[in-house]
Amino acid sequence: MESLLLQVSDLSVKLQNRVILENISFNLEKGKTLAIVGPNGAGKTVLFRTLLNMVPYSGKIRWFRDVKIGYVPQKLSVKDVPISVREFLSFKSSSNIENSLTLVGLNPDDILDRSLSVLSGGQLQRVLIAWAIANEPDVLLFDEPTTGVDIESEEAIYKMLNELKEKRGITILLISHEVHIIKEYSDYMLALNKCMTFFGRSENIGDLNVQKIIFGEPVCLSILRTE
Amino acid sequence: MSEILILSIIIAISAGLASGYLGSLMVLEKMALVGDALSHVALPGLALGLIFNFNPFIGAFITLYLSAIVIWHLGRVTRLGFETLIGAVFTLALAVGILITPEPELLEALFGNISSVTHVDAIITVLISAASVILTRMIYRSIILSLISEELAFSNGIKVARTNLIFLLLVSTIVAIGIKITGTLLVGFLVIVPAAAARTISQNLARYSLTSSAFGVFSASGGILLSNYLNLPPGPLVVLTGISIFAAVVILKMFRKNF
Repeated sequence: MESLLLQVSDLSVKLQNRVILENISFNLEKGKTLAIVGPNGAGKTVLFRTLLNMVPYSGKIRWFRDVKIGYVPQKLSVKDVPISVREFLSFKSSSNIENSLTLVGLNPDDILDRSLSVLSGGQLQRVLIAWAIANEPDVLLFDEPTTGVDIESEEAIYKMLNELKEKRGITILLISHEVHIIKEYSDYMLALNKCMTFFGRSENIGDLNVQKIIFGEPVCLSILRTE
Repeated sequence: MSEILILSIIIAISAGLASGYLGSLMVLEKMALVGDALSHVALPGLALGLIFNFNPFIGAFITLYLSAIVIWHLGRVTRLGFETLIGAVFTLALAVGILITPEPELLEALFGNISSVTHVDAIITVLISAASVILTRMIYRSIILSLISEELAFSNGIKVARTNLIFLLLVSTIVAIGIKITGTLLVGFLVIVPAAAARTISQNLARYSLTSSAFGVFSASGGILLSNYLNLPPGPLVVLTGISIFAAVVILKMFRKNF
């Protein structure tokens, strides 16, 4: 229990009288990575928004200790905003900008004065991670971290996340659709389809029965499964 | 140079600067036409001032602030965009304004008149513009972050709804002070064109907001000077000056790709 970082019990979310999430319960330990999987509309992003206290909910969300959360959203509208990488990162931290960029594998001299709108998908994702880690968070919430990124950059981004986790002991929650990524880079996975259909170790995703549960007809779990 | 002209230029510089700066946010927020539409809401306020013999601009401030609060509240309740809600109320305000504004003053309210400005007008405009610039600077980061991602803004502790309300009240303030120069019909120009010209040549926020403010100053003061020499209403000349700046920027951009 000592290393428990997040405890979610009976979490339900209703938006405009529609049930979005129902009876979600899980625990997460410090320094672990939890992958959240499920089809489109399963409530994955809403779960993140709920964990950030952006939407009303019933049930209990308990963050142990006074955690600092870094959030990397799925969609950004940077096309129409004339903002440089330096300006964007300075919104978050005035001192740690160059260090954060180096940590995510970007050269500050090359990128600081470039406009966000001209960066490639991979560079933008790295800048976003630099943003999220600039104030040294305990937890990173990552909504589909590699959308619009080529396969090579995708691997590089996950490797970098893994390194960050190991170096700094950051706990990571990430939304992903990709089986090999979940298997290789996360410790636990939570399958959603409005309700919780699976919670357990990520290595189990190779198991056909587990895949049936996750990607087949949803069968809601009524009790918390940890293995 | 006459005293009236000096006062007019002081008003134009402060209002132009504040409108250019706030306009840089409005153009990014896709609210360029909101200032234009909102300006019509000032007309009934101006009319009430004229009818009941109090300063028409106080009337304009009251109707603008009231409508901004109503629009903000309706936005939260209905989840409709500001543009839609403002579009729904401004024609009504314009209709009421035209019906109740005494005819001799209608033209002045619609196209601006800076020939009768007083020291008090100039001081009030300078103070309100300065306060608006400071407040805009305070919410600039929050608005930009909300534009990039509402979740990102929220997770960074930004109160998006409260920021939007301050933003709408600032738009109302800028519209009210701009009316003196361009009139209600053309005041939207002051928040649209300087920012649009600046956007064309800016890759970062610092350059964008500075250039937009500078173009606002040049448009408003240039228009007032022309109005004085040509003895024509200031509103249309301010617009023509600003459009010339916009055209010059576009032409330069066409010839120099990295401009």
